[in-house]
Amino acid sequence: MEGRINIPVGDWIETAVDWILDNLEPGLDGIAWFLGLLTNSFEGALLAIPAWLLVLVLVGLSWWRVSWRFGIFAIVALGLILGMDLWEPTIKTLSLVLAATAVALAIGMPVGVAMARSDWVEASIRPVLDLMQTMPPFVYLIPAAIFFGLGTVPGAIATVVFCMPPVVRLTNLGIRQVNREQIEAGLAFGCNRRQLLTKIQLPLAMPSIMAGINQTIMLALSMVVIASMIGAGGLGNTVLTGIQRLDVGLGFEGGLGVVILAILLDRITQSVGRRRKGSH
Amino acid sequence: MEPIIRVRELYKVFGPNPQEGLRLIEDGLDKDTIFERTGNTVGVKACDLDIAEGEIFVVMGLSGSGKSTLVRLLNRLIEPTAGTVEVRGRDVTRMSQRELIRLRSEDLAMVFQSFALMPHKTVIDNAALGLEIAGVGRARRRERALEALDQVGLKAHARSYPDELSGGMQQRVGLARALATDPSIMLMDEAFSALDPLIRTDMQDRLLDLQREHRRTVVFISHDLDEAIRIGDRIAIMQGGEVVQVGMPKEIITAPANEYVRSFFHGVDITQVFQAGDIMDSENIPVLDADTTAGEARNRIAHVPGSEAVILNADGRFRSIVQAKRLNELTVDRPASEVAVTLEPVGEDMALAELPSRAARSPVSIPVVDSEGRFRGLVTLPRLVEALDRSRTAAAMNGDR
Repeated sequence: MEGRINIPVGDWIETAVDWILDNLEPGLDGIAWFLGLLTNSFEGALLAIPAWLLVLVLVGLSWWRVSWRFGIFAIVALGLILGMDLWEPTIKTLSLVLAATAVALAIGMPVGVAMARSDWVEASIRPVLDLMQTMPPFVYLIPAAIFFGLGTVPGAIATVVFCMPPVVRLTNLGIRQVNREQIEAGLAFGCNRRQLLTKIQLPLAMPSIMAGINQTIMLALSMVVIASMIGAGGLGNTVLTGIQRLDVGLGFEGGLGVVILAILLDRITQSVGRRRKGSH
Repeated sequence: MEPIIRVRELYKVFGPNPQEGLRLIEDGLDKDTIFERTGNTVGVKACDLDIAEGEIFVVMGLSGSGKSTLVRLLNRLIEPTAGTVEVRGRDVTRMSQRELIRLRSEDLAMVFQSFALMPHKTVIDNAALGLEIAGVGRARRRERALEALDQVGLKAHARSYPDELSGGMQQRVGLARALATDPSIMLMDEAFSALDPLIRTDMQDRLLDLQREHRRTVVFISHDLDEAIRIGDRIAIMQGGEVVQVGMPKEIITAPANEYVRSFFHGVDITQVFQAGDIMDSENIPVLDADTTAGEARNRIAHVPGSEAVILNADGRFRSIVQAKRLNELTVDRPASEVAVTLEPVGEDMALAELPSRAARSPVSIPVVDSEGRFRGLVTLPRLVEALDRSRTAAAMNGDR
């Protein structure tokens, strides 16, 4: 390849990865420990509850928050998961989703607020979000596996990175879209900066933020399945096994489990932002 | 009396370099030239105002005249470029953030054109917003919010959400939110402009009722002269960021400062501005008491240009009217009150527009009384016709322009 210009981006990234591995080991261990703890706690807690009780809770939520029809769907769907003997992988996937979402929200919402407050911050974070969203998700698996080995933790970390952008974007957007006179009303009645955020901006941005949370959960679910390639386990593992054995039935069962989980999470989280009339 | 709000040499220039804009204003350049040269927009220019405690002060102007900017300079939602705003002698423009927040939450409430309610809160919690921000406990603030809702007639809707109410009701919530903090000054930015005409009139009446119960200083922004005349004790008219005229509605209508001010009267019903007290006769009216004889009454009426006398009670309250021609029906020693016409007097503040229908039903002149019911004068038919004729010509004259 004489005479060709060759920019060794790949080499640089490898150098950076090596440097991080050599120098930031304790930090990486800390993150791994924390995420491991979080996922395991969710998983432990959810598996400690008898399956029938958890089914009852989920059906109850669907019935109460969405509709009685959806409640019936939830009974049938969860019954199917139990019947396919996929309860344990489903719970594992759910715990991973919950842990990754929790971390993504804990980081993403404050970042979104910071973006809404400063045009400069918005301008500098936006390209990072674009990168995070357009990068093919598989690419996250490599550094995650290098830094954290194989298993649940790197899966959770890749998921956090992949699912964070929507909540950041929609928190920012929601706050920026608050009507000017509503902001002025807050200020005119004596809000300080913190009160303006907590009493006016965040509540009024809540529908948008809830949409962001919903999207983040959905992305987390899709990534958790992909993350099974580095040993994250759960339903993704079932699908992966199906692929490896060319077992169409097994792959389909795993896929169906993911779909059911997705529908339940989507509809239930969507209903959270909605107001129930006469509930006061 | 010391004004509650005193504005001196107040300027607001928006844009990349406000100080440069300010310099160009001082050089005498106009708004458009300054914008062309520097990209700075002059919002408010050399504004001086004294607003008295307890008055409804209306700031009028077309959109873009700087009236909404001016009201936001009063509570510093917009930072002034130069000049001072004093509220009770304290300069708002120099206040620290802490002092400013205190002033806003205790003394200056605001009502907005778009209502600016919080859709996720119930009506009562919306009304309690100012108190919530001020850190008042939940039970106490709900109690005060409920009182405020009661004042605007919305107590029954306390648990509704704003989107379940009509526009007029939503703005009553906005009003209650302002009242709940018991401010001495209310800033109302086009507060009724988004409402239907009928609802708007109703809200204006409510505001006037509230003022009768508890006088507050109200700075009311409007682009509607009818509204300004109805509720304003005084009106300031703004043009291109400047206050071009300040005065009582009647003063502005009878002596508009320029063509721009005059242009506001196009289509405005001046008969709403003038009142019974402005056109009544108050001199040369013989005043009798209940026992005056017909003979003496005839005598007294003969000495004045008119042909009527009034009979008053001992406390000066109006009782009835006697016409000279009816007195002839009586012998001289009978009391004149036997042929007197008893009728309901009108208040001094009754609008000219409402008088013709009264006159049509009445066989005699219309008696005018003050707010305590004491007799003030008579609106005679010739006076009424003259006033109506004058206002019609004035309207036509203004309409032509």
